[in-house]
Amino acid sequence: MAEIRIENLRKQFADFTAVQDSSFTVGDGEFLALLGPSGCGKTTTLRMIAGLELPTSGKIYLDGEDVTFNRARERDIAFVFQLFALYPHMNVRKNIGFPLLSQGVPKAEIKARVEETAKLLQITHILEKSVSGLAGGDRQRVALGRAIVRRPKCFLMDEPLGTLDAEFREVMVHELRELHNRIHATTVYVTHDQHEAMAMADKIAVMNHGIIEQFGTPQEIYNRPASMYVADFIGSPPMNFLKFSAGLQKGTRSVSVDGVDIALPEVRQDMAVGELALGVRPEHIRFNDNSALRGSVYGAEYLGTNQIVAIETGKGLLKARVSADRTFRIGETVGLELDSEKLSLFDCASGRAVKSSLYTEARHG
Amino acid sequence: MAEVSLQNISKSFGESEAVRNLTLTIRDGEFVVLLGPTGAGKTTTLRLIAGLERPDKGRVTIGGQDMAGAAPAGRDVAFVFQQYSLYPHLTVYENLAFPLRSPARRLSTDEIGRRVREVAKMVRIDHKLENRSTRLSGGEMQRVAIGRALVRKPSIYLMDEPLSSLDAKLRGELRLELKRIQSELGSTLLYVTHDQIEAMTMADRIGILNDGELIQLGTPRDIYSNPVNLHVAARLGQPHINLIPEGLVPGGQPPKGTKTIGARTEHLEIHAGNGNANAEIDWIEHLGDQSHLHMRIAGHKLVTLANPYVPVMPGDKITLMLKDPLYFGSDGQRLV
Repeated sequence: MAEIRIENLRKQFADFTAVQDSSFTVGDGEFLALLGPSGCGKTTTLRMIAGLELPTSGKIYLDGEDVTFNRARERDIAFVFQLFALYPHMNVRKNIGFPLLSQGVPKAEIKARVEETAKLLQITHILEKSVSGLAGGDRQRVALGRAIVRRPKCFLMDEPLGTLDAEFREVMVHELRELHNRIHATTVYVTHDQHEAMAMADKIAVMNHGIIEQFGTPQEIYNRPASMYVADFIGSPPMNFLKFSAGLQKGTRSVSVDGVDIALPEVRQDMAVGELALGVRPEHIRFNDNSALRGSVYGAEYLGTNQIVAIETGKGLLKARVSADRTFRIGETVGLELDSEKLSLFDCASGRAVKSSLYTEARHG
Repeated sequence: MAEVSLQNISKSFGESEAVRNLTLTIRDGEFVVLLGPTGAGKTTTLRLIAGLERPDKGRVTIGGQDMAGAAPAGRDVAFVFQQYSLYPHLTVYENLAFPLRSPARRLSTDEIGRRVREVAKMVRIDHKLENRSTRLSGGEMQRVAIGRALVRKPSIYLMDEPLSSLDAKLRGELRLELKRIQSELGSTLLYVTHDQIEAMTMADRIGILNDGELIQLGTPRDIYSNPVNLHVAARLGQPHINLIPEGLVPGGQPPKGTKTIGARTEHLEIHAGNGNANAEIDWIEHLGDQSHLHMRIAGHKLVTLANPYVPVMPGDKITLMLKDPLYFGSDGQRLV
């Protein structure tokens, strides 16, 4: 297994810059998700790691070795594409063993490694079956088996679950992560689905227009988004923004939004007067009839254990996630209280987060 | 708007029975969602109401009138399909006005204009009325398609997975809008989907369909809290309900004949191990707003929701107890 290190990686297609100056490290055994919308550069980054594209500039190190210009097959990487193609005329055993057969591995060893792989994927009972009769989940497992059996230094996956329906995707998300927990193979996983990234990854790189907007653990990215873009991309529903205009001094501990004072983590930088946005996650809004921040219920979405309540306010529609115990009437006036310790603040002009105690102290523990 | 009723409807295509003895009444002004996997009979049910298919047996009534023999055009229904089908050469305005221009309607130009603007505002496309329909994003096109159904005031709206081709964020926004519009208009709406979130969040009542049969009909809270069998219990809830053998986890009072226990997050109590631990934290899925705890107990895997700040680590030993879970017999039916 291996560490992947990317330094100042850049890829230009004619006038279009697909990836700009990316640097990050995927530690040995780590699971990294490259997350972003289509066209953000995530697949191009993955293809450069695989050796399917050559970078315009920058370096790629695999286990300390510079592989920037090595051919794909010299990199000891398994690439798993969106659509798994299996050999329809072969049974499961032969499909999984095929990559070893073509490498000239002795028969006895192929048998042992196929069986070990099948055990890992819990598909030993279907080894002798034909792949054409398999259900979707088993087909995916066989395809994964074919990647695992080679024992590559790392796995690169490009939206492998993209075509599955929602329910089955959830099952596969759990299986992939459990598989990772068992084999600890360094993995880079490309997706546009924030839920998949949050559920599986040790680290996430959120990409936008070829740039890595933020690199961190799922919790860091969720709790301390570095930009409005990240805050909006992560979470379902995403972070709410309350826009207002003000200047800030270091040490500020509250802001006034439409005449309502709202406490927040201590601001750690000075800001000239400009447009700001207070960022609050749906689960950090509580209902409190005594609060001066008011709105009317626009709709409620029941989800079983909890519900999402949309509230029309002077600052637009806010969404709160609360327990499903209480029922709401459309049009009902409610008071809202925000969880002060967990609020973010953004500079609307740059989109970047304003430095505060939430962002600085949390990082040191 | 009107009450729509299906009585003992059956429909087969060759050997396969798409709908089996289905009885369902959609009340005047009600939003009913039929939830089921591909092949459950959802789309066939819509097509039977619209008159695009004829039942082999049974009766469809709209506003009390028997629809046997009535052509689709004579049924006063509006259908929204999964794939938006707009007229590419027309503007958004003309696409919305199209159903109103039918000679049978004899609406004045002013009246048409008023209705189009009213609906365009409702589906939030009023700023793009003069755009060609091909110049719109996918979400905008689907809003126009929904708007084109709304400009008419039919007895019932029939919607076949209208949001499934949209991205997750837009789907979330339109869910809220559609529910809001339906309740403002007091429309009767039958909506089919395989997405449990859409069913839970929009429906007044959900009908669970499987293999052409209606298994359970009730409010989202009712279906979630009181599923009649294992199939229904497994359809709703995220994470998926834990289905475990009787006797595995202590607590609760299983009635005689209990084979399987259904335990959602709200049916599980977790305590720190303290020497009498019976389970172990396997791994934790941090989803931001909440976490999924993956646990292992005697070789079985369980998943539960937890507050993201709950102080547990993989490998921690815990005591797991049941609290009023759901009980099912060997035939999969719920035992109360």
